[in-house]
Order: sequence, then C-alpha cells, then structure tokens
Amino acid sequence: MDAKIKTQSLNLFYGDFHALGDITFDIPAHAITAIIGPSGCGKSTLLRVFNRMNDLIPICRVEGEVFLNGEPVNRADTDVVALRQKVGMVFQKPNVFPMSIYDNIVMGPRHQGVKNKGKLMEIVERSLRQVAMWDEVKDMLKKPGQSIATGQQQRLCIARALAVEPEVLLMDESCSALDPESTMKIEELMVELAQKHTIITVTHNMEQAARVSDMSAFMMIDEHHVGRLHEYSKTDEMFLNPRDKLTEDYITGRFG
Amino acid sequence: MRMKPQTSEKIAKTLIWTAALSVLVVLVAILVYILLKGLPHISWSFLTEIPRSMGREGGIASTIVGTLLVSFVAIIIAVPFGIGTAFYLAEYTRETMVTRFIRFSAESLAAIPSIVYGLFGLSFFVISLHIGLSILAGGLTLAFMILPTIIRTSEEAILAVPQSYRETSFSLGGTKWQTIRKSVLPSAIQGIANGIILSLGRCVAETAAVFLTAGMTLHMATSILAPTRTMAVHFYLLAMEGISMDNAYGTAALLIILVFIINVGANAFVNKAMAKGK
Repeated sequence: MDAKIKTQSLNLFYGDFHALGDITFDIPAHAITAIIGPSGCGKSTLLRVFNRMNDLIPICRVEGEVFLNGEPVNRADTDVVALRQKVGMVFQKPNVFPMSIYDNIVMGPRHQGVKNKGKLMEIVERSLRQVAMWDEVKDMLKKPGQSIATGQQQRLCIARALAVEPEVLLMDESCSALDPESTMKIEELMVELAQKHTIITVTHNMEQAARVSDMSAFMMIDEHHVGRLHEYSKTDEMFLNPRDKLTEDYITGRFG
Repeated sequence: MRMKPQTSEKIAKTLIWTAALSVLVVLVAILVYILLKGLPHISWSFLTEIPRSMGREGGIASTIVGTLLVSFVAIIIAVPFGIGTAFYLAEYTRETMVTRFIRFSAESLAAIPSIVYGLFGLSFFVISLHIGLSILAGGLTLAFMILPTIIRTSEEAILAVPQSYRETSFSLGGTKWQTIRKSVLPSAIQGIANGIILSLGRCVAETAAVFLTAGMTLHMATSILAPTRTMAVHFYLLAMEGISMDNAYGTAALLIILVFIINVGANAFVNKAMAKGK
C-alpha cells in the first residue's frame, strides 16, 4: 500500500510538557486507520498534527517531519489553508453552525471563493448524497442545521467536510456523542468513503476499531507520561494476535 | 438554634423579591414623574422650532439635531476602532505585556469621570488642534469616552464564541479573516451591538464632556465644524439658570423617549440581522 501520510521522529510539546514522543509511522491511502489507546495518551493531539490544528494552541510545538503525499506538512512555509483543504476534519461533537443546512455545507467552498449558485447547489447535493442524506433533507435545506437530530447533525458535519473535497478525513471520536443506530450509519459511511478517501479515526470504542479499520495504531503513555506509538499493524493482526501483552490487555478491556 | 430550611427559603425569597420590586418601583417612579411633568410641554412646535430667549420660549429643534449629530460622530469614530481593538486583543495576539497594557488603559479610561474627558477635549481638540467648539470636537471627545465600553463589551462577546466555531472554520480551509468574518462575528454581533447601544445611550445623555467641547449655542448647526447644544446640556442650563423648568422637563422627557427609541430600534435591527443569518 502507498503511504498517504508519513511521520518521522515526531515529537510534540505543550510548553515544557513532552506530549508525543518519537512517533514514526506510515498511514496507507484509501484505508481506515484507527488510533486507539487510553484517555490522555495523545490520540487527538496526534490527529491534530495532520491538519495543523495544534497551531491554534500558542504553547504547542511540533518537531520532526510529517509528509502528506510526500510534501512536508510541518514546515514554517507550509500553506496551512491549502493543507486543511486536503485534510478535512470531523469533530467529537457535531459542530453545526447556527445557520441553515445549506449554508453549513457551502462554508468550505465559499472560503475557497466559489460564488456561483448553481455550482454551490451541485456541491451541496453531491456532499449530501455522499453521506446518504440527500433524500432526508433536500426539501429543508434552508432550515437551521441545528434543528435536525444529533445523528443527522454529525452526518451533516461529514458532508460539510466532504464539500471541500479533501483527500484525507480526520475523525476525532466522531461517534462518541451518538446513539448506536447513528453510530452504525456513520461506520457504514466510513467504509464507503474509504474507497476514495484516506480516513484516520480516533476512537475509544474497540468494537468499532475492529469493525471498520484496516490499520490500528495503539498509543500508550510511558513512565514519563509521554504518548508513544506502542504497536501499529493491520487491525486483524492486532486484534487476533497482538504482539504485545499491553496491547492485548487494552483491546480486551483489561484497562483503559 | 438552626433555622429550618423552609424558613430560610421563605426569608431569602422575600428579601430578593423586595429588592427587585423596590428597584422597579423607583425606576418607574422616576420615568412617570419626568414624563408627567414633561409630556404636556411637548408639541409639534416644541420639536420643530429653534429656542428663543435662551430657551424660555420656542422649541428645541436645534438641540435635537445637535444631540443626534454629536452622538453620530462619536459612534462612527469609536465603533471601528473599538471593534478593531477588541478583535486584536481576542484573536490576533497572545497575552503579552502589550495586551495587558491596552486592557489596563481601557479599564482606566472607563473609570475617568466624563468632565475630565471634557477638559481634555477642550484643550486638545478645541484649542490645540484648532477645531474650535464644534460637533466634531464634541463627537471626538465622546468617542474617546465610549471607546473603553465598546472595546470591553466587544471583546467579551468575541471571547464568548465557542472555540469549536473557530476550529471548524479553520478545518474547512478558512483563513483567519474568513473565520472571523463568517464564523466568529455572526455569533458575537449581538453582544457587540449591545455595547454600541449602551454607548449611544451614554453619548445622548452626556453633559459635562459635551458643553466644554461642542459648545452651548442655540443656533441650528450648519456643519460638523459648527458649535451646537445638545438636549442634555440644554435642560441642564434651563434648570440650573432657572430659565424654564417646564421646558427642562419637556426636553428631559423627549430625551427619555429618544433613548427608548434608539434601544428598541437598534435591538429590532440586530434581531433582524441575526434572523437573516439563521
């Protein structure tokens, strides 16, 4: 498999605190990679390295290299806006803006300067079809996005991220606020989207990681509270035959 | 002996209701008193005629125009600088010595009595800059006076916008300005507008800072470089000099109505703008 994203000796600091230690791994294209591990081990922090979301935290410093399609992500001269158009993100809570469903979806394209109404409508339809929501909401596009059910809102957020046509989709515990049925819908969606996109998902839900992901990255803090990549392999291998005792204990639910 | 929870609950409830009702009664009493005393003197000619014999006779047309113009100049100048500073403090900079200094200055400025602004405006705008007693000098002085309020209320409104809005906008490939313009501002606009309305009320009601800088002439203003007298200054002088208590009350009543119209009008405008964004 080709590597979509590569990290080399990635270290991340919050001020003096060493949060991520020496992470080197390759994330394959057109696959779902799950980042798992106990709370506070730096899963979300690692995810946010890939779209430079940590830039919003002034004291955060990232060392080492990250490449997307072989292009450096973590340099001072990296075009962060262009990077985020290629690497979309879906958050834990459905962050629907207090505006209409339509306006939510076209926010990204509008940022890029798309003004043509016909073109925007095309994007809205395509994005909503991708998340299998077009038939549900096509007659209520002008309604407030926050008026629909939470599960629908999260799918709307995925549609909004897809409207920018990203190559990579980062999902930060995107099902943790949802009911089982909505979770199932989003899992089906992830598998389908992975045919054309590279998906990296952070999850606390081991069954979910086992069900949907192709690769699994198990993170763990060491004795100095530094988050490290403990084991990284194909999901089937990790869940059937973990190389490490700690990994096994975690995925079988003995701690975490 | 300890009080029963039911008893303390009753006492607390009574005290809180008493406090709130007393305030309400005092407020209503003041309003009703001024309006009862003032409304009978308000007529069409009172609104449209220029004051004669120092305000004893005639209307107050020139002071209405003066009030509106001075306040308008102040708002036009203070709003862009105030909102700009607020966005700088909230979005464009980390907490440093500079931001602490700006914030400390703004807070200190907010605590200065308005007569001091008047004195500053008189010596700086009117005399040093040779603007003369004028609507412009008065407006500039009031702009300085309301700047801290606008900065503070705007910054609070901006900081109250959930961080997730910014993250989401950035994650969709938005630049900083797009994020502020499309995601932060629409959520903060109500709080910012409230600060502006509050400031506008203070401009309309101000006396000390205005009569030292905009003057006290009763002539109808012809340009923003002309002096004027505002309504608040007018009824201050009418009452102080014992010229006409009737007209003082009439002017005061009109001022209350004007502030009321500004509040209701501005709120309706903001709500309409907000509804459009939803």
